[in-house]
Amino acid sequence: MKSLQEVKEAIVEDFSTYDEWLDKYEYLIELGKNLSAYPEEKKTDDRLIQGCQSRVWLDSEVRDGRIWFTADSDAIITKGIISLLISVYSGRTASEIYGDDFGFITEIGLKENLSPTRANGLASMIARIKTIAEENL
Amino acid sequence: MKVEEIRQMFPALSQEVYGKKLVYFDNAATSQRLSSVIECQKDCALGANANIHRAVHKLAVEATKAYEDTRDAVKSFLNVGSRDEIIFTSGTTHSINLAASCFGNAFVNPGDEVIVSESEHHSNIVPWQLMCNRRGATLRVLPVDNDGHLLVDLLEGMLSERTKILAVTQISNVLGIRNPIERIVSICHSKGCKVLVDGAQGAVHGGIDVQETGCDFYAFSGHKVYAATGVGVLYGKKELLEAMPPYMGGGEMIDHVRFSGTTYAPLPEKFEAGTQNFLSVPTLRPALEFAQEVNKDAEVQARQKEIIDYLLDKLGNSPEIRLFGVPRGTEEKIPLFSFCVEGVHHEDLALILDKMGIALRSGQMCAEPLMDRFGVTGMLRASIAPYNTMEEAEYFVKCLDKAAKMLRA
Repeated sequence: MKSLQEVKEAIVEDFSTYDEWLDKYEYLIELGKNLSAYPEEKKTDDRLIQGCQSRVWLDSEVRDGRIWFTADSDAIITKGIISLLISVYSGRTASEIYGDDFGFITEIGLKENLSPTRANGLASMIARIKTIAEENL
Repeated sequence: MKVEEIRQMFPALSQEVYGKKLVYFDNAATSQRLSSVIECQKDCALGANANIHRAVHKLAVEATKAYEDTRDAVKSFLNVGSRDEIIFTSGTTHSINLAASCFGNAFVNPGDEVIVSESEHHSNIVPWQLMCNRRGATLRVLPVDNDGHLLVDLLEGMLSERTKILAVTQISNVLGIRNPIERIVSICHSKGCKVLVDGAQGAVHGGIDVQETGCDFYAFSGHKVYAATGVGVLYGKKELLEAMPPYMGGGEMIDHVRFSGTTYAPLPEKFEAGTQNFLSVPTLRPALEFAQEVNKDAEVQARQKEIIDYLLDKLGNSPEIRLFGVPRGTEEKIPLFSFCVEGVHHEDLALILDKMGIALRSGQMCAEPLMDRFGVTGMLRASIAPYNTMEEAEYFVKCLDKAAKMLRA
């Protein structure tokens, strides 16, 4: 398994190959479409992330001392964003996630390119991932 | 007026977003500002920045004149009988809260009823809920049909001597269909029920003649009719406003203040507590003048109709698009289109179209009960002003198709 740092660097690299934001959205849409299926029965209110205009569910389980995330959203770009986050943080230890600064989000300019409501949604997704890590420290 | 001529009057329209020409289709949320509006606000700030009504010095006199002259402009815009019936507020929401609260205090008692329509903006629902809770009254709802027409035929059966007031929008900010206000007023009045009309969308799309319509209250915002933000109007019939207690206390609304009791200023100051927005109120003058001009300009109206017909055809006849607010004829529709695209989330579309330079609104549009009524979590809305062109409408339809394909592929 690649290190957290390596995965983040790869994403920053991927994003830098696209000049236009429309292309970056296409990339996120692809990620969203390729996200593994999320069980309907786990679309519960306690897994719903508050602060998003579209609905986003995030579930987690701890196996072998690592946290594994699954997620879904009814909007495809949001689904791509949560998919991106999961691809980085799923399978990491709680302390790895909790100690991370999530700085690659700023580096790829994702937050700045979202509408304020979407940016809040992204902040809520990150906050939820951090909270889950904190609970499992 | 030619469209190029109108566009030149709105400096914000010439900007680019993400290197693309801006296509501003979110006019129902706020319209762009006329350069005369921007100049007016600047002139007031530079030449007449003084608190109104009290001081005797030159700047205060100028500021007061600009403010009070605007009341006359509103009077003629709505065809109001008396200046005393026009209250300046911060916007439609403030106007309706004021009316609901004070009307409730004066006229609504436990067991009474208030009616709102199913297609109301939250700002024409929540103030009434608050008032009903406080006064022990019941809020009832006049439904809409599947096409978005108010079921006015049900109204008479809903009214009783306990129904004190009905609050209805002139044009829904989601459905874009003109409601039959005159008919509603006449049914309500025949049963002694008062009517408040939310003109947030109506003021800019044709306006209203309050005397002819007979409505008891009318509310609208400046920023949706080309003026500055932070100003609005509440029209109310004099006998009602006089019977209603003040909304807020302090500032210009007093007559005499003693610790033993206070007497209030006459209308309209009674309802204009605190320092008024004297830099923005005057912008209503050039704004309303422009609105009236375009409303009676045959060339502008013909162009708008052409765009309405085009978008009704493209959005209304596509098997992949569900249009909300389907008119019986073009004349009852304003250029405002809320819709969902099959299998694609409204927010994804808004995000992609934004990058193509098109400003749209997505989400619940402050009308959650209406979203529930149609069983959707949100919609996409394109709302068009006289400065928008057919080319923009065509570009929007092309981009919508492209974005939907991109999201589905």
